[in-house]
Amino acid sequence: MSDFNKSSLSEIVNLIKAKKASSLEITNHFINNIEKSKKLNCFITTCFEESLKSAKNFDNKKKFDGLLAGVPLAVKDLFCTKNVKTTAGSKILENFIPTYESTVTNNLWSEGAILLGKLNCDEFAMGSSNETSYFGNTINPLGKDLVPGGSSGGSASALAANLTPATIGTDTGGSIRQPASFTGTVGLKPTYGLCSRWGIVAFASSLDQAGPMTKNVEDSALLLEAMSGYDEKDSTSINKKKEKYSKNLNEKIKGLKIGIPKEYRVENMPKEIDNLWKKGIDILKKAGAKIVDISLPHTKYALPTYYIVAPAEASSNLARYDGVKYGYRSKKGKNLIEMYENTRGEGFGDEVKRRILIGTYVLSSGYYDAYYLKAQKVRKLIKNDFDKCFKNVDVILTPSTPSSAFKIGEKTNDPISMYLNDIFTVPVNLAGIPAISIPVGQDDKGHPLGLQLITKALDEQKILNIAFTMEKSIGFNQSIKRWWE
Amino acid sequence: MSIDKNQVKKVAKLSKISLDDSKLESLSKDLASILNFVEQLNKLDTKKTEPLTSVVDKILDPRTDKVNDGKIKSEILKNSPDKNEDFFIVPKVVE
Amino acid sequence: MEKDKFDYFIKTEKNSWEVIIGLEVHAQVISDSKLFSGSSTKFGGKPNTQVSLVDSAFPGMLPVINQYCIEQAIKTGLGLNAKINLHSIFDRKNYFYPDLPAGYQISQYKNPIVGEGVVTLDMPYGSKKIGIERLHLEQDAGKSIHDLSPDNTFVDLNRSGVALMEIVSKPDLRSPDEVNSYVKKLRSIMRYLGTCDGNMQEGSLRADVNVSVRKKGEKKFGTRCEIKNVNSIKFMEMAIDSEAKRQIELLESGKTIEQETRLFDTKKNETRTMRSKEEAHDYRYFPDPDLLPLEIKQSFVDSLKKKLPELPDQKKERFIKKFKLIPYEANLLVSDIDISKYFEEVIKNADIKLAKNWIIVELFAVLNEKKLDIKDSPVSPKNLGSLINAISSGEISGKIAKKVFEIMIETGGEPSQIIKEKGLKQQSNPKELEKIITKVLQNNSEKVSEYKSGKEKLYGFFVGEIMKISSGKANPKLVNDILKEKLKK
Repeated sequence: MSDFNKSSLSEIVNLIKAKKASSLEITNHFINNIEKSKKLNCFITTCFEESLKSAKNFDNKKKFDGLLAGVPLAVKDLFCTKNVKTTAGSKILENFIPTYESTVTNNLWSEGAILLGKLNCDEFAMGSSNETSYFGNTINPLGKDLVPGGSSGGSASALAANLTPATIGTDTGGSIRQPASFTGTVGLKPTYGLCSRWGIVAFASSLDQAGPMTKNVEDSALLLEAMSGYDEKDSTSINKKKEKYSKNLNEKIKGLKIGIPKEYRVENMPKEIDNLWKKGIDILKKAGAKIVDISLPHTKYALPTYYIVAPAEASSNLARYDGVKYGYRSKKGKNLIEMYENTRGEGFGDEVKRRILIGTYVLSSGYYDAYYLKAQKVRKLIKNDFDKCFKNVDVILTPSTPSSAFKIGEKTNDPISMYLNDIFTVPVNLAGIPAISIPVGQDDKGHPLGLQLITKALDEQKILNIAFTMEKSIGFNQSIKRWWE
Repeated sequence: MSIDKNQVKKVAKLSKISLDDSKLESLSKDLASILNFVEQLNKLDTKKTEPLTSVVDKILDPRTDKVNDGKIKSEILKNSPDKNEDFFIVPKVVE
Repeated sequence: MEKDKFDYFIKTEKNSWEVIIGLEVHAQVISDSKLFSGSSTKFGGKPNTQVSLVDSAFPGMLPVINQYCIEQAIKTGLGLNAKINLHSIFDRKNYFYPDLPAGYQISQYKNPIVGEGVVTLDMPYGSKKIGIERLHLEQDAGKSIHDLSPDNTFVDLNRSGVALMEIVSKPDLRSPDEVNSYVKKLRSIMRYLGTCDGNMQEGSLRADVNVSVRKKGEKKFGTRCEIKNVNSIKFMEMAIDSEAKRQIELLESGKTIEQETRLFDTKKNETRTMRSKEEAHDYRYFPDPDLLPLEIKQSFVDSLKKKLPELPDQKKERFIKKFKLIPYEANLLVSDIDISKYFEEVIKNADIKLAKNWIIVELFAVLNEKKLDIKDSPVSPKNLGSLINAISSGEISGKIAKKVFEIMIETGGEPSQIIKEKGLKQQSNPKELEKIITKVLQNNSEKVSEYKSGKEKLYGFFVGEIMKISSGKANPKLVNDILKEKLKK
């Protein structure tokens, strides 16, 4: 029997289509892995009975042409899955069972995939280490005391630990790319509007975007193709023909211009990151790309801008969690107002409360102009920086994170030091453009580090192609001892 | 600029979140440090800049006026912590 | 006739006070489905049966705007002679209430779909222009039912998400009468356009009333108070009067007015505070990131303008010119689209002068008494037309027609049928009439002599007897002609 742990998503799909492996076999394999991996705390909910049923049903079909034929997948617990508990990592939704399916996950099941379970994440996607989840933190398979990153920490960890052949997460300020970097996996945030937000628990509406998290770039292209597409139920969804990202994957990068932004060379940048950045540049040079020095002058204002816009939108998006229609309702409270206050006081964790309070403050009377309006203006400047650069270069190359995975508990005392994790990823969300993080090497502790490729809106194929090419030259390999089993 | 405890209480009231008085001190500190961090934006002159209205290159796509939803009463009420066959039930507002 | 002068000033011992009023009217848009979701907007549905996942703000739900509601708002703006803003934005208005499932209402704040306009009122003292500040689209909230249980509130979200147009007037109104006229005018315009049915009992039209006072002659505005959710014109008038007096009393005793929101207590006929200062709402408006700016093409607005039906003011002018009606009559006949439709239907085949009188005097009296709208009139326009034609042709007299009309109201029947059945046809045969008249004169020869010697009052007696014998059917004109002739001899 093949060791499916070594197989990529694409390989598994091909095996199933060629009937060299059954969906049931594969599903059982991953269920086994999951059952042995409780220590990692990647899963909030599993639905093995249904998974096996679906796998058997799949195998009974005569022919199946879906992109994800018969493949079992776990998804971040931010996607509403019909009849399967969806918590967003929060107490306030701890028993919420949606009666509807998110568009993105529905797209996956339509392509033949099967749900394995729901993956842990920072509460309401607010965090960079998966330490704010009501269901406990997730551990990075690369080290017992390491965070996997966040907010899609459960997703990245499960992927790296082979608990799922691929997965999907959401990225609002880096929540796919940063955990990908921390776990040595590939994470892509698509152009804003490429994937539907309908049925995804909303954090910051103008920034949230679902994306694939995979072991390699080919898988990323395949999964992106399956999950993306216009949705008329989402007013911000882009109406364009679906692209065949995996079919069109190629290594033709000769002559492409790669921008290196000087503002990403931050003070006190660890030498290893700088070295890996240089390594990336060399690989691209050798492949025939042209390296261009560029400037994104407003880069350093991206993080403060993000920490005004995102909490503001979140404070409004999370107002619906009031204990009236669904979710947790406090037993304390003699009247309506007390019920609201106690429900939300007890149901939300500390980080979520901080962000709601900041968000409410920056929108409040007397402060709106100074904070929110100002931030939206700076956001325009940041977007303009990118638009200007993309007139001269095809793609921008930067490190994904300012460090490798840090220790659990290391940054929980200081919100700002936690926020600084997203320094390289956040500008991308503010501009609504796509970016991918691929693993390029390890730091001196042996922990993985990633490089980020950014391009202009709707040009995913370009960064997939470049990432694909680089991946081959890098030959990144990580063997993880299954210490948690 | 720092945010004092009274402002924190006011904002908590607006957001309908109960505050533990014991946590008020540390919360105020955290919020103050976050606000301090974001105030960097004041260094930028944005007088001539328009705010970003949308990050996606499209205009609103209206839908046709058709009744194609609703009639799912039991589904709507199913997840409510307190309900009867027809209504959501909440404690009274004290006017 | 001298035109009345405007005279609504509240006079106290010390001063004469002017009342300044501004109205924010909430009008439910006529559309099949809601503003941002596909649930039905029908009135009176069983609780929570017209609610979608979007309406109840489940996690991950998103709004998609209804094209027809945009059209309805533009049409209304055109009907208010207002500027249509080709670029407008939807904002979130954030507050907590159980009938507001998302914890915010999607509304429009700084960039509404319609800008400034004007509405003209016909007051006894002349026509008056009331400025419109703006019109914007927003979601309605659900219903909170407080009286089904002592400790709990029951929530029905059927109405949650229905499209509303909020029409904000400039503070140009100066009396309860003007408010009455303004609301009726707005209502009429929207009913003509088919953009709102104006049914206040069903809640399709409600208003928040802003009231302030100032001494007559003063230029500065006083502090205003807002009276929320007044749902009948009568209550608006009462609320304005009581609130103005409350403010005057405060000011005359040296106190100041606190700007606040109040409710009108219909039982006590007074306003009371709704919100204390502590609970003052900070709505934290910001553009809804789930939506994009609304861009409208001028060509689209123009095409809607072309298709607009004739509006009350235009129709009134046309009635005056074409049908030679006096303004008072024209006003009554255009005041509601159903009335104007009824009138125009009747005059298709019937005399205009008779038609207007029968509608304004006879029909309206019946409708008022029975508390009916004209669309529920027991007498159809076709039948009224036939009745009028029966008078014009001489088939029946005006007096008999009134009898026939009474029967038509009871039975809803057709006049020619009734005339036939009851044998009410006017007796217009001169020979027959002569017989009757001759008989009467013969039977009352004494009175005839008295008449001939100068008792001219007896003429009426003879006519009365003729009518008695003919059961009222004698053609009055012919009777006069023949009787006069006979009495000469």
